[in-house]
Amino acid sequence: MTTNKTFLGVPVARPKVAFFELSSCEGCQLQLLNNEATLLDFLSLVEVVRFREGMKEASDDYEIAFVEGSITRRDEEERLRVIREQAKVVVALGSCACFGGVNQLKNRFNDLEWVKKEVYGSFPIETQKVKPLSAVIKVDLEIYGCPIKKEEVERIVTALVLGEQIHHPQYPVCMECKARENICLFDLGEPCLGPVTRAGCDAWCPSNRLGCWGCRGPAPEANLSQLQIIMAERGISQERMIDRLECFGGFAAFVAEVKEKKGEPK
Amino acid sequence: MLFKVFAASELSRLFEILSVNRIVGPVKKGEDQHGRSLYDFDVVHDIAELHLDYGQTIHSAKNYFLPYRENLCTFTFQDEGSGDGGDWHKEVDYGVYAPLVLFGLHPCDINALNKLDKVLLGGRYPNPFYGEKRANMFIVGHSCSPQPFCFCKSMGTDSAIRGFDLFLTRMDDLYFAEILSPRAFHLLEQIDCHDPDSREHHRYMDLMEAKEALYVAHVDTSDLTKILDLEFQASVWQEWGQKCLSCGTCAQVCPTCYCYGVEEQVDMDFTRAHKEKRLYSCNLLDFAAVAGGHNFRPESHTRLKYRYYHKHRGFVEAFEESLCVGCGRCGQSCLAHITVPEVIASVRASKEEHDDD
Repeated sequence: MTTNKTFLGVPVARPKVAFFELSSCEGCQLQLLNNEATLLDFLSLVEVVRFREGMKEASDDYEIAFVEGSITRRDEEERLRVIREQAKVVVALGSCACFGGVNQLKNRFNDLEWVKKEVYGSFPIETQKVKPLSAVIKVDLEIYGCPIKKEEVERIVTALVLGEQIHHPQYPVCMECKARENICLFDLGEPCLGPVTRAGCDAWCPSNRLGCWGCRGPAPEANLSQLQIIMAERGISQERMIDRLECFGGFAAFVAEVKEKKGEPK
Repeated sequence: MLFKVFAASELSRLFEILSVNRIVGPVKKGEDQHGRSLYDFDVVHDIAELHLDYGQTIHSAKNYFLPYRENLCTFTFQDEGSGDGGDWHKEVDYGVYAPLVLFGLHPCDINALNKLDKVLLGGRYPNPFYGEKRANMFIVGHSCSPQPFCFCKSMGTDSAIRGFDLFLTRMDDLYFAEILSPRAFHLLEQIDCHDPDSREHHRYMDLMEAKEALYVAHVDTSDLTKILDLEFQASVWQEWGQKCLSCGTCAQVCPTCYCYGVEEQVDMDFTRAHKEKRLYSCNLLDFAAVAGGHNFRPESHTRLKYRYYHKHRGFVEAFEESLCVGCGRCGQSCLAHITVPEVIASVRASKEEHDDD
């Protein structure tokens, strides 16, 4: 299908787009398929040449690569390098690709051999320390979230196609949470990472009375020292705070810093 | 001003008459972990939902006159196949289709509207989105009981002398009503009320006097514009800045913060585009970021400082009154406990430190 789309009289190219998955649940890709109301518009905007969750065909002729998942094996690194060579634009799709995601929880254990044995027993399997895409290749664009917010992806893809600048919110989740007039989770005695986590999710979890787990990583100016005070004042243990900060990997640098201060191994 | 008195039991009649319109008032949203009630403004369908005894709502009623998000205009493009650049249409919708009754605003929030009117309607370019909403608003004020964090008395906004249609003061089994508009006068004609007698006058005045004693929080505003200028470099700003989360919560809950950003979004099928206005906050990292990438206020303490400068200095110089109404919401919602009375007091204290030198 080729269409000669124009915007304000100017022809707009319909880029070839491929979706890839490394270690992940492929839930972010499913999110895109989930949006039936706008799926056809999305497909008219880009030409999808590879999308395991939605089609049988698979082509290696693409301009934009959306890569979901983190790197846990050597072959994934190689696959990613090939994708990088082919694609003009590599997009890290979701928290796993951006920060390692839930997969990187195993990085907290020093002895990965022990982890392997504990999880897989004697089953032979290769698994290494989890890395985000940016640890292996240059990533052009990151789309945060576990899962990603489909409306946000659509907005970003439209901007990509039109050649517009892509802006991520610079503020934390609180800004969006307040706009939805939610009750602050801290008032309910629940921990929440909203004050330090990058917005853009429209306060998805807090609006459903679940404290933020920081899946979108830190806001550009996350006041983490104040977060520690906020948690401590409310009797929320440091262990519980660290547990939450560790979940998606976006706060890895800060967690390492706190653990070092406590004298714990990283 | 005209005064009337009616039995508290008549309030439901009043509500019923008004309820042909959309009514927004204080409702209970839940309880915090200590069992304290949490209130916010919302659409009220039944007078039983209306909690006129609320201390303070978490958010102001801002969403009903300055929405957090508002579509400014929609563009429709017809360029498919035309080959000559096509045509486009712009559609502006102020989004006001029916009158709105704000039922139960405290004096601070009524004064907030009066202040916003000055900026948004009084200037050379009145804001029609705001103006349409204001013109279609019927305001029923309600007396309050000052909370420990309220400092409206210091800001001169503890009573409302204009900016409402009807103001109700609860006196046990009676309501003492102040009437400011013909609409309110005709409304009260439809319920059972009478002119206040001298005994009721005194009850009202006694009540006002008793309210004075309830204020705990204060802000000393004398010479504040000058002190803020003189203490521009004071180290206390950095101390507050270290606490600030740059999260914009203070601005979102504030009844008078009106700063905003505009974003354009093209629909995926390229047939339409929208310009959306979103309320923003001067505490957010990129508030003073400009084209080319320079950020005039990259540090949180400078951003926090300018929020105070706008409220307590710039606005005073422009309009001879503060933009802050002392509702205390920003301090109550701030997880870092940054409150107006404490910030202002700390800046004043740094002035006194210099005096000691």
